[in-house]
Amino acid sequence: MSGLEFLIPLLAAAITAGTPILFAALGELITERAGITNLGVEGIMLVGAVAGFMAAVATGSPWLGLLAAMLAGGGMAFIHAILTITLRANQVVSGLSLVIFGTGLSGYLGKNYVGIPVPQSFTPVPLGPLADIPFLGPIFFKHDILVYLSFVLVIILFFYLYRTRPGLNLRALGENPAAVDALGLNVFALKYIYVVIGGMLSGIGGAYLSLAYAPSWLENMTAGRGWIAVALVIFALWNPVRAMLGAYLFGGIDSLGFRLQVVGVGISPFILDMLPYLFTVLVLVFVVARHKGRLTAPGALGLPYDREER
Amino acid sequence: MSWKRRSAFFAVMLVSLMLILAGCGGSKTASAPKSPADSPASEEKIKVAFVYVGPVGDAGWTTSHDNGRKYLVEKMPNVETTIVENVPEGADAERVITQLAEKGNKIIFTTSYGYMDPTINVAAKYPEVVFMHNSGFKTAKNVGTYFGRIYQARYLSGIVAGKTTKSNTIGYVAAHPIPEVIRGINAFTLGVQSVNPNAKVKVIWTNTWYDPAAEKEAGNTLLAAGADVLAQHQDTPGPMQAAEQQGKFGIGYNTDMSKMAPKAVLTSAIWNWGPYYVKTVEAVKNKTWTNEQYWGGLSDGIVDLAPFGPMVDEGTKSLVAEAKQKILSKKWDVFTGPIKDQTGAVKVAEGQKMTDAEMLSFNWFVAGVDGTIPKN
Repeated sequence: MSGLEFLIPLLAAAITAGTPILFAALGELITERAGITNLGVEGIMLVGAVAGFMAAVATGSPWLGLLAAMLAGGGMAFIHAILTITLRANQVVSGLSLVIFGTGLSGYLGKNYVGIPVPQSFTPVPLGPLADIPFLGPIFFKHDILVYLSFVLVIILFFYLYRTRPGLNLRALGENPAAVDALGLNVFALKYIYVVIGGMLSGIGGAYLSLAYAPSWLENMTAGRGWIAVALVIFALWNPVRAMLGAYLFGGIDSLGFRLQVVGVGISPFILDMLPYLFTVLVLVFVVARHKGRLTAPGALGLPYDREER
Repeated sequence: MSWKRRSAFFAVMLVSLMLILAGCGGSKTASAPKSPADSPASEEKIKVAFVYVGPVGDAGWTTSHDNGRKYLVEKMPNVETTIVENVPEGADAERVITQLAEKGNKIIFTTSYGYMDPTINVAAKYPEVVFMHNSGFKTAKNVGTYFGRIYQARYLSGIVAGKTTKSNTIGYVAAHPIPEVIRGINAFTLGVQSVNPNAKVKVIWTNTWYDPAAEKEAGNTLLAAGADVLAQHQDTPGPMQAAEQQGKFGIGYNTDMSKMAPKAVLTSAIWNWGPYYVKTVEAVKNKTWTNEQYWGGLSDGIVDLAPFGPMVDEGTKSLVAEAKQKILSKKWDVFTGPIKDQTGAVKVAEGQKMTDAEMLSFNWFVAGVDGTIPKN
């Protein structure tokens, strides 16, 4: 097997495997940029996965399934928003309870959907002439439509964050909400909006598993990808482009392990499973060392905002 | 009572109420509501509990046990069952099992290997309760073990795979390198080679029991490496979905997986716990139960093949039927020599049968397996 023959399918598989993590990580990234930590990603993904699957089975349309997943994910995040923004509850506790709630709720809703096929799922659509570009074509442009959507989303989000005024306000929201307040913007409304959008994206991440990657509903089918997404946001230092690279890196590790086994290279699966977290720690160490002990996390991340305590 | 003391009192009441509520959650009782009129004193309800490692909706291992439980309730209406899902192996399991014993369950089935020590520990404290541990090897006065010779069904499914493959490469998505999984791969490979000596079985370890997406990806990798039939020792139908999507074939496991991948699934090696659960509960009821180490096979029906898919031809079916008869006759079993290992050395001499102890500690692959057993 030549190098390219090994590399091209590996990278293509890494993109597919990384896409559910990428959607969820982008959602968490927006949420954290708004100053809210939402550890409930795993639960939100599960609810998104089951809602998307149920809607796709009921209507026969994966697009309506996707819509249902967004609404369900947004709804889950709305609970988190009420608890942490309005009631100023501890964000970690609220997020963790969302995981437990989402796991239970999705299992309950999906009881009668286990082991049935979905009428139509998202299947790969080669992107015309782009798919014929040597090397890059088979890696990037022979996927399903949701993968292309994630490419576009990363670019839009990058420009939004770093090149637009509302994006600047979003970054300020996480750094110093009082400054946003002083601008005359409604801090609470903005936080609600971004937390709910974040939940919608996590919901899409879940639906990617149940409608595209492994089209089916199985309880706990996210198998820890929500947690990887949370680690990925830190790995990416709250930057969408780095989140994309990280998602493919984290997603590709399983595929790499499997492919090495096929060509007869033995490497302990335990070491491979460790790598995403090891990379995250390494990035943190590197960043902290370079920025002289300061992590580039949003300054007001995790702190409840109270106008009277300004 | 001063105001301060009264509020402290209410706080304590509130906390205890929450604890009681929390104690009520977590387990589900599944049976018809009790009414004293239709349960005469002689037909006292027997309370039976099941501890599951996964969710009942995993379409795999736990589903197979829950199907067995449903069969039990159907056959013995005076049985009242309680299930606890998603119980982590280890200390948590001990707490759950204790709770179930405390609640008056007479028989408790613990359905995962990792519940072995917790089961033994709890059993010592509740000598009047019968504990049945699935797939382990430790027994006590009130603890028996039960398992099935799924390798016999895997051998039969190997025949189907060996007759179906055109590329002579069969993929096997395997969970963890433990004797149970290795035995399954070996039995499957012997089945393949009994009808197609040129075919190889390529193994990938996923290091997970339950991750549909990763297991599917492992299946994709094997298909890309030239496999045209996939077998699996995983608890989700991920590999079958990979075969379905790429127009290839697959052999399911745990339950009949044809619903998930109708065009791909040739057959599945399946568990059928129901009759054994009925037998055990009846034995306890009639006071004939002993702390046996049960390891039943095709002859008891505890393991079997799911119905064949429409693509399996008659010739293959009759080869399977023939091999099944051979196993049922008890004169021959899957691991009867000559059996060679991957280096070609004869490990089991002609006419010799591997003992149960040898089979339970399998740590080598038979010839025909293309893969390695990682040494951590």
